[in-house]
Formats: sequence, structure tokens, C-alpha cells
Amino acid sequence: MRYLLSGARVLGGEPSDISIEDGVITSVVPGAAGRAGGDPEVVDAAGLVALPGLVDLHTHLREPGREDAETVETGTSAAALGGFTAVHAMANTDPVADTAGVVEQVWRLGREAGHCDVFPVGAVTVGLQGERLAELGAMADSAARVRVFSDDGRCVDDAVLMRRALEYVKAFDGVVAQHAQEPRLTVGAQMNEGELSGRLGLRGWPAVAEEAVIARDCLLAAHVESRLHVCHVSTAGSVEIVRWAKAEGWNVTAEACPHHLLLTDELAATYDPVYKVNPPLRSANDVEALRQGLADGTIDVVATDHAPHPHEDKDCEWQSAAFGMLGLETALSVVQQTMVDTGLIDWAGVAERMSHVPARIGRLSDHGRPIAEGEPANLVLYDPSGSHVVDAMQTASLSRNTPYAGRELPGSVVATFLRGRPTVLDGKLA
Amino acid sequence: MPAEAARLREPAPGPSGGRTVLDARDISRALTRIAHEILERNKGAEDLLLLGIPSRGVPLARRIAEKIADVEGFDVPVGSLDVTMYRDDLRMRPARALLPTEIPDGGLDGKVVVLVDDVLFSGRTIRAALDAMNDVGRPKTVRLAVLVDRGHRELPIRADFVGKNLPTSLVESVKVRLEEFDDVDAVTIRESAR
Amino acid sequence: MRRHLLSAADLDRPEAELVLQTADELRSLADRPIKKLPALRGRTVVNLFFEDSTRTRISFEAAAKRLSADVINFAAKGSSLSKGESLKDTALTLEAMGADAVVIRHWASGAPHLLANSGWVRSSVVNAGDGTHEHPTQALLDAFTLWRHLGSLDGRRIAIVGDVLHSRVARSNALLLRTLGAEVTLVAPPTLLPVGVDGWGVETSYDVDAVLPKADAVMMLRVQRERMSLEGGGFFPSAREYSRRYGLDSRRMATLQDHTVVMHPGPMIRGMEITADVADSHRSVIVEQVTNGVAVRMAVLYLLLSGNDSGGQA
Ligand SMILES: [Zn+2]
Repeated sequence: MRYLLSGARVLGGEPSDISIEDGVITSVVPGAAGRAGGDPEVVDAAGLVALPGLVDLHTHLREPGREDAETVETGTSAAALGGFTAVHAMANTDPVADTAGVVEQVWRLGREAGHCDVFPVGAVTVGLQGERLAELGAMADSAARVRVFSDDGRCVDDAVLMRRALEYVKAFDGVVAQHAQEPRLTVGAQMNEGELSGRLGLRGWPAVAEEAVIARDCLLAAHVESRLHVCHVSTAGSVEIVRWAKAEGWNVTAEACPHHLLLTDELAATYDPVYKVNPPLRSANDVEALRQGLADGTIDVVATDHAPHPHEDKDCEWQSAAFGMLGLETALSVVQQTMVDTGLIDWAGVAERMSHVPARIGRLSDHGRPIAEGEPANLVLYDPSGSHVVDAMQTASLSRNTPYAGRELPGSVVATFLRGRPTVLDGKLA
Repeated sequence: MPAEAARLREPAPGPSGGRTVLDARDISRALTRIAHEILERNKGAEDLLLLGIPSRGVPLARRIAEKIADVEGFDVPVGSLDVTMYRDDLRMRPARALLPTEIPDGGLDGKVVVLVDDVLFSGRTIRAALDAMNDVGRPKTVRLAVLVDRGHRELPIRADFVGKNLPTSLVESVKVRLEEFDDVDAVTIRESAR
Repeated sequence: MRRHLLSAADLDRPEAELVLQTADELRSLADRPIKKLPALRGRTVVNLFFEDSTRTRISFEAAAKRLSADVINFAAKGSSLSKGESLKDTALTLEAMGADAVVIRHWASGAPHLLANSGWVRSSVVNAGDGTHEHPTQALLDAFTLWRHLGSLDGRRIAIVGDVLHSRVARSNALLLRTLGAEVTLVAPPTLLPVGVDGWGVETSYDVDAVLPKADAVMMLRVQRERMSLEGGGFFPSAREYSRRYGLDSRRMATLQDHTVVMHPGPMIRGMEITADVADSHRSVIVEQVTNGVAVRMAVLYLLLSGNDSGGQA
């Protein structure tokens, strides 16, 4: 199948015609010629921004185990609608993705669904128990070719175990993605610790519980000369620590989630558990620091931490509710609102942070490539004009726990191409 | 404790205070007559007890008691009985502040209680007052004194002592102002603003 | 008044004073032969308790019954540890029963808020204590008790001493007493003061001896022994040290001004935060707090429910 994306603004630049054939970009010609008719199917991309297919380093697809919340099929559908061509599926499934068998199963489910590529994240420790290393090598050598390892949802808090994991993954160029949460400082924690947590009577989650672990891990990564990735950085202090580690020249990367770029802990005052997330929503000051960190490159990437939960796990008391929020379908709009429309980064910057760099961290060869002749045709057409009100019912995800319901967000994904094949056209699953 | 006067005070009437039907002298004369009638009916001040319905029934009861004292040289006990909790329209109207209930020492049992209110209209307030009194004690007799009877009864209730019968239309409103709250004694009528 | 009472912060000064004045009128009911008013005849009040509290439940029950309401007591199973019955399912059941008011006690902070805003029920919701958040009717009865003893609370100094961090009573009192013009000082070891307490508009102190001589009232909060262990958070080293530094004994009581009253929301741990002789002294208004609790809760139910027929505007 051949496609001609007519008049697309590559990385927000001047209009160009992008030709696609057999999964490869065959030409990018400046100026919108708009050759109508003929063999290639023409997609009118006038006014649309063309970005390389987005890559998410942090997605919870819930399968196997919690197919009532999400499946690989529904989660990757949501991903495609959000402009993603690749997602990293977190290991906290049931069974845990801690063996070659489980990661290959998830990888295969992704291939079968076909909406986007699924790269399983392997658990660092057996059963996420934080006691002994899982067979990281076997997962790396499996068909799923795992390069990112994480106990996400839990922190690898034992310093020796973390050191060993960082050392061990060097053998296959892996990276340990740490969910930084000092467990003793966060027993029963419900929301950001601050004046509001005190007033609301919800147990506080101090910033130091995140920052202390990040600092330790940076030092460990430096010491053993390995690669550390910090998941969902949420505090101003964490940004400072990562900035320091980078200044030291250490191999540390970090991600921020869209919700941490937009929402603040004030929302907890509603006691609506849709705003309950791990790490918690923080103060406006933290939000500002994250935006600055993401703009200046301290924070390398945006990752969604898409965390679907069935209705009953959110339709209850805050304290009983599950942590997490949906993010795949709204990520690009939130980034536009918080980073692009504010003038902090341009569309090339978005491509860096949501495609090129996450692909590089995950060591993906066919994703996060430039939009240029001969490159794999993974791309997204995005309309940054206009806005829409988020409707929780209008999602491909099986779950409805979006914190943006009723909120107006800018822009929309018009089309997504995975290896030259549209997964989304006209804003709908193709 | 809260200053009672402050919470009972209602907004002063505007410039269009309506048509005055009773002035201070009329009111005084009416209360004097009521005092005499009460004494006549009761054959003296024995066992009498005046119970004002807040807010304006209370000062009226006190004034009647003073007039009785002038005649008989005898202090008739005066109390107040708030009927708010006994109203039949509680559900329909915003919650109202409670007004004081003060039952004189010795209670109501065996007494001749004269309920005193400013205006008798539908009769619902008096119905509520009878219920309220029922929970406080068992008087020998209950009588009713009002400054103005404006008609339009909705219940089988009538006053024993009336200062002035004032036939009114339903679109009119009757306003009783008393020195104790309003710095002036007057009863006025005006068309209700719809 | 509004439709729900979820937080002491819901009440502005006129509203709070209306509750106290109404309670003052209702208190005299206790002296009458018939201790019952017909105001809420035909209305249903549900006491929905997800956490045991016999004293609070009885107080609300007496209040509702004295206003002639029908009372349904509903004790739900479950705790913060085991999830048990869901709030939503329970709420839907109550809605089907046609409750006019739901008095809810819950181990989770914000549960009354959730109940009031979820759309599950149309009833008025009264917070009877939620997690470590608030207990507004307790604060109202404390304020009422103080008001009876001290008159206006304007400029009065109220010391609240003890485990402020875990105390819903302290939160509600800090909010309400401030609304009523009092100057509140929270006294606790630093570990038992919440982060961000400086934003509450109250004073704080670690030194009870410096605060007591200036106080017009002292409110002692319960301190649970479990808070000592590492499991329980390791907030202070020992009961003995706590009593020595923060407990109210006769020596400390002697430093109080003559008119100063001593309060405790109960249940008390005699010997820990308050010695038996202090609790039983003439300064103690602890028993009176219980009587006043019924009058205040009557006032709250009356003000919330009248003029609010089946979920109409208040
Ligand atoms: Zn995580």
C-alpha cells in the first residue's frame, strides 16, 4: 500500500509531501504538490504536524491478569489513538513479567493486536518482591529482546539489589527504570505531603521519599558505571538531583508524566480518587520545575504511566482506591498545552522527548527515527488547532479513569502510521 | 449569651410604610381594653399567666401584664413560647432561628393561660402554640389575645380578646411595629409586593 | 444553612453562631417533662457507622429522636485494613430507604465528602468523624461548651494539646474556633503536628508550660499508645515521657487562670494525657460536653433538614 501525506508540516515546519511505500518513507518533498488521484492513497495533511510515531516508556497494559482493566488489544488501541507506535508494557502483571515466557507472551499479544509495537519491560526482581534478581538475561535474549527492566509500582529499595541490577544489565546494554519511592517514608501515603494533606487528613507522601531514592540510585549508577532511568519524576527536588547527576556526566535519564506537567495536588481536595496517582500530584511549584526540567533537557522524555483501573477500584473512598490514571490518548494534547503552547519547546522538541529519546533509552532500532527518506514509516499526524472537551466514555481503553474528563485540551491526533500502515485515520482506529 | 434584641430585630419599614391603621395611642387603648376584658372574664388576676408568642407577642404580653398590675396591683407572670419547631410548614421554608421559650416558675399546670400574639391570620401559629404548650404543661384553661384579627382563618380557631378587627384582602399585608423592636408603635397595611 | 455539614470550614461565622444559638434554645428541652419536639416528624435519619463509636452514635440518635425523626442505625463492616462493605452499595441501599439525612462515621478521610458529592444519595450528609480529617459536630459542641462558660469567643485563647496529627477533633476545632474569633494554639511534640500546619492560621507550640498560663480553655486530645512503636510510626519514645512533657496533671492545672476550663473530647486515657484528678476537677467540663453534644446535634439536624424536603434547596 502506498500513501501520500499531502502538505504535512514535518516537526511543525513548512508543508511537505511525505510518500510511504512498503513500510518505508520513500520521499519527503517540500512544498505541498498535492498530486491528486493516481495510485497512492492521498491523505490531506494540510495544517497537520507530522511527528515520528510516539514511543511510551511507561505503559500499564494489565494483561495478563487484569483483563477487566485493560488488555493488550484495548491498551494498544488507545496508544494508537494517542499517536504512539510503540509502548513499553510494565511488568506488574499477574503473573509478573519476570520470565522469558511472560515477556514473550506480552510481546506476541502486541504483534497480534497490531495497533502498535509492544515492548515488554522485564521485572528486576522475582515477582516484584525485591528479594532476588529475576532472570534478566533470559528476558534480554528472548524474542521480546527486553532492554528496560523495572519493578514499577514498587521501588527496588534494597541498595545492594539495586546495585546488582544496575551492574548486571550492563551485559546486554539494558537499563534499570526505577520507581523511586522510599517505602518506609510512604507507608499508607495517599497524596503529596504538604499543607493540603494535613488539612484533608490524608497521609502525606513526602517529596524526600522520592528524592532520596533518586539520589542514591544516581550515585549507584555512577559507581558501577551503568545506565539508570528514573520513572515519573514528580518533584522540583528530583529535577535538581537529576540535573546534578547529568552535570557529573553520569548515565542517568528521567521521565515526566503528562499529569505531573498539568495537574496539582489541589485536586485531592475533591476526594475524587480519579486524582489519586503514584507518585502523587504535587504542588504548582513542582509542576513548574518539571516543565522547566523537561524544556532544558534535564528530564529526557515524557512517559504516560497509563494506568487503567476498573470502575469499582476508583468509585470508592480515596483511601481504598487504586493509584493511577489513564494517559495514552491525552498525552500529546497535554504536552501541547503545557510545553508547546507555553513556548517552552517546539514540535521538534516534542519529537525528541516523545519519540527519539524514549526509543534510544529503550534501545529500539525502528522507532524514534527521523522523518526522512529510507526511514521506517512510523509517524503521527497531529492537528494542533482547536480543542476538545475530554469525555471519559470516549476512550479505547477498557477503563475510564481519566483525570481530564470534562477538561478542555488542545489538539487532536488525526492519523497514526505503523510501518506504513495506518492504525488511526481521521481520528478513529483504522 | 447572644444579645436577643439583635437577632429579633427586623428591617425597619421603608419610606412606603403603608397605611397606618393603629397608632401608638390606639394600640395602648386596645391593650388596656384587653387587660380589662381578661380580668373581667377571669374574675380577677388569680391563676392568670400570659404567654407571648415570639417575637412581637412577648412585649404585648408584658404590656398587658403591666396594665393588669395598674388595675389590680398584682403581677401576673409573663412568659414566652416559641412555636417554630411545631410549625406545619417547616419543610417548605428555610430553617428559622429558634426564639426563646421561657416558662415562668411554677409552670403552666392548673393555670389560666392567655396566649398573646400580634396578628391572628390563618390560625396556624396558634395551632402550633397549642401543640407546643401541650409538651410543656397542662393549663386549666387556654385563652387567646391578639392585637389585630385580620380574618382569613384556615383552622377552627378564634380569639377571645381582640384589639382590633381588621378586614383585609389576601394581597394586603399587615405589619405590627412595636417600640421594643422597631422604635415606634404602629400597625400598618399595605399591598404586598408580588 | 447549607445542605450538608462535611467540614467545620463549611460554616461561616453567622452560620456557626446560628447553630450555637439554636442549641442554646434546645438545651432547655432537657429540663422539660416531654423531651421531644415534632420538628422532624416523618423524616428519617440514618446513622451510618463504618467505625465503632457508641458515644457519637448515641448522641446523634438521641438528637434525632428528640426531634421526632425516625432513626435507623446501620453499622457497616470493614475497616481501613479489610475493605468490607462498599460505601457505594450501602449508600444506594439508604437511598432506596428514603433517608432524609445520613450521619456518617467512616475510617477514611473524605468519605462523607464522597457520599455528599457522588450523586448516590439525595439526603443531607452529616460528617460524624472521618479518618484523620474532621469531626465538625464535635467542634460545634466544644465551641458551644466554651461559649456557655466564657461568653463570646472573640480573642479567647484556646490551647489544643496532644496528637494533632491524627486528630479530626483538632482539625475541626482549629477551623471553627478561629471562625468564632478565638486564638487557637496547637501544642504537641513536633512529630505530632501536621506538615504545613503554619498555613492553618493558628499558633503552634512544643511547650505546654508556656501556653497553659495564658489559656482561657485547654482541650486535651487523646494520644494512642500504639503511636510509640516503630510500626505505629514511632512518634514519641514512651508514655512516661509523653505525660511528663505534655500531660495535664494537677501541677500544670495549678498554673491555669481561675476561669480556665479543661475539656476532652473522649474517650480519655486517664494517666496518659490527663490525670484522673484533673479530669474530675471542678475545671473539667467533660461531662457537660456530653449533654451539650445532644443539643448541638439537634440544632444541626434541625437546621439542615427543615426547609429541605427530599433533597430540595436549603
Ligand atoms: Zn511507577
